[in-house]
Amino acid sequence: MKKTCTVNIRPLTRVEGHGNIRIKIRNGKLQEAEWSVVETPRFFEAILKGKKWDNAPWITGRICGICSIGHTLASIRAVENAFGIVPDEQTRKLRLLLKHMETLQSHTLHLCFLVLPDFMNTGSVFPLIKSHGDVVLRAAKIKKLANDVCDCVGGRRLHPTRTVVGGFTMLPEKRQLHEFSERLKEITEDLMLLSGLIREFSLPDFERETEFVSLKGENDYPFIGGDLVSSDGVHMKEHDYKKMTNEYMVKQSTSKWCRLSRGSFAVGALARLNNNFDFLHPAAREVAESFDLKPVTHNPFMNNIAQLVECVHVVKESVSLIDELLDSEFGEPRQEVRPRKGVGVAAVEVPRGILYHCYRFDDKGNITKCDCVIPTGQNHANIQHDLEALAREYASKGKDDRELELLAAMLVRAYDPCISCSVH
Amino acid sequence: MAESRTRTYLGVPLYRPRVAFFEFSSCEGCQLQILNNESTLLDFLSLVEVVNFREAMTERSEDYEIAFVEGSITTEEEIKRLKKIRKNAKTLAAMGSCACFGGVNQLKNRFRNPASAKREVYGSHPVDSGPVRAVEDVVGVDLRIYGCPISKDEVEKIVLHIAIGKSIVVPKYPVCMECKRNENICLFEFGEPCLGPVTRAGCDSWCPSNRAGCWGCRGPAEDVNLRQMRKIMEENGFSEETIIDRLECFGGFLSLMKPERGRHG
Ligand code: SF4
Ligand code: SF4
Ligand SMILES: [Fe+2]
Repeated sequence: MKKTCTVNIRPLTRVEGHGNIRIKIRNGKLQEAEWSVVETPRFFEAILKGKKWDNAPWITGRICGICSIGHTLASIRAVENAFGIVPDEQTRKLRLLLKHMETLQSHTLHLCFLVLPDFMNTGSVFPLIKSHGDVVLRAAKIKKLANDVCDCVGGRRLHPTRTVVGGFTMLPEKRQLHEFSERLKEITEDLMLLSGLIREFSLPDFERETEFVSLKGENDYPFIGGDLVSSDGVHMKEHDYKKMTNEYMVKQSTSKWCRLSRGSFAVGALARLNNNFDFLHPAAREVAESFDLKPVTHNPFMNNIAQLVECVHVVKESVSLIDELLDSEFGEPRQEVRPRKGVGVAAVEVPRGILYHCYRFDDKGNITKCDCVIPTGQNHANIQHDLEALAREYASKGKDDRELELLAAMLVRAYDPCISCSVH
Repeated sequence: MAESRTRTYLGVPLYRPRVAFFEFSSCEGCQLQILNNESTLLDFLSLVEVVNFREAMTERSEDYEIAFVEGSITTEEEIKRLKKIRKNAKTLAAMGSCACFGGVNQLKNRFRNPASAKREVYGSHPVDSGPVRAVEDVVGVDLRIYGCPISKDEVEKIVLHIAIGKSIVVPKYPVCMECKRNENICLFEFGEPCLGPVTRAGCDSWCPSNRAGCWGCRGPAEDVNLRQMRKIMEENGFSEETIIDRLECFGGFLSLMKPERGRHG
């Protein structure tokens, strides 16, 4: 039977920010499929103009509530790169630990509170508290641990207070780190049980070939700084990020879009994993393999699984990071900052993909130009192309409206979009 | 739900209000603070019936009593949406600095020429965005929850007080007092600027306890003396620029410092 249907989701729920999905199918033919972003711009890049360097991390962290630590760390790195500051070993480890815990809390929030209801046929996690209390409690336990570490190391779980250019205002106590290490070891078990549950669900079988962009690991799975790479063979230096993102404006969105070698590219957990699979912790790789997830996977729904794999990776790596920190003598928390004229770029892998901050300073350390390129902004074009392909596939199959609506919402949700962040 | 009516807190029967969460221009961090409350989230959820929370749930309802509104207001569409919420809600709470004062977003308003911010970010591409406004500049507000971000303990206390019908008291004294109570070393001793002496308490001196100066996210305490604050900052060697950066950051002090605004073309 020839299918005619309309899907109109305004706004999409269980994502951060405001975006709409519209699909129109007439007589089995796709007429329209649109992912539009209606979030109101906040003009952070203009706001920072004329401000002194120390405003940058404090203000740009407020671009996003979910990945404020990622923004703060990217901002700090951009300022440090401009001023020629190289963080010491201790600062680097503490920052990475902090970042890992943001990744863990963000991925867990997405997987268990935002995505899980789709597989359990509920509209939110709230009814699951009654029907699947153990799962919700397990997720809450993981999230709480991650947030507790962020409170301790960063000073606050969102909009951190201790993270500054040059290092930290204050260091955690070793006894606190020791306690976190014990709790992290315990959480591995919870993650395994969670993957067991997720393995029972069947993810939609949908593929569309695309390009994946991420940081390029040298010896480790990459998170803070380094070269940029794409699965189509592009390789660039951090400071050449503009050639990697190529932002442009479109009618259907208040967020800018990006492109590289083809019409669109993807960033995020799946992109990182596709480009850096060999650097995953063995335990994480094992989980990936149990889901048949290996490079290069082109099913966007597998981003959910890639997030799960990364949860295991960051937990394992955090345990080693804490061990190393406990074994070392703590030095000064921060270095002195001497502003100078110049440009600084930072590329940091935040939960939803690669994030860039770039500032230009005058000789007093005042910002004369600011540019931020957000992961979700880089994903929008890819989401649009996926949505079209998905709708076309289902138009010919003749599924009912409800099913297409659910699938389309799940597709966009799989990217874990941070929409208000993409319109900063 | 019948069961909800029988719930009690300290022997007082609980009234379980229908609450809704809405976001406007913001980082959504304030909403997240509520989901971020793992250890007490379940207790919190037993106090209220959440009927609208787009970041967490698909179901929607227009039948609610308390609306928690996050974010600042910048477009006509937002104004319309906000007015509708005001009509539906018995109690409207402005949640976080964006909603209470415009938050960091209002820094855009300091440009004398509003088109310059648009040009800086979007070039000639048309975007709809007016001046950034606090929620109370558009509709009446019954309750203010201060902070960027809000403190989860404070929200829960407020919700509990609503549920048991107790009035809500917000501290009138400055952050400085909490900081002293927490026995912190004063930030000025570390050579850091701090707005603790003039900012409304209630965050338990969140930043100074982490050895970071206060940026005034909760707005002014009662009867504050900005002139005195300037003197302390100047005596400690901080520039006029540093003082203004902090005072104007979240918008809470704007009404006390109007003339300094608009330094940028
Ligand atoms: S007040 Fe701060 S934390 Fe809350 S929404 Fe605004 S920027 Fe985010
Ligand atoms: S110390 Fe100041 S800036 Fe920090 S949370 Fe409290 S009021 Fe806000
Ligand atoms: Fe940008």
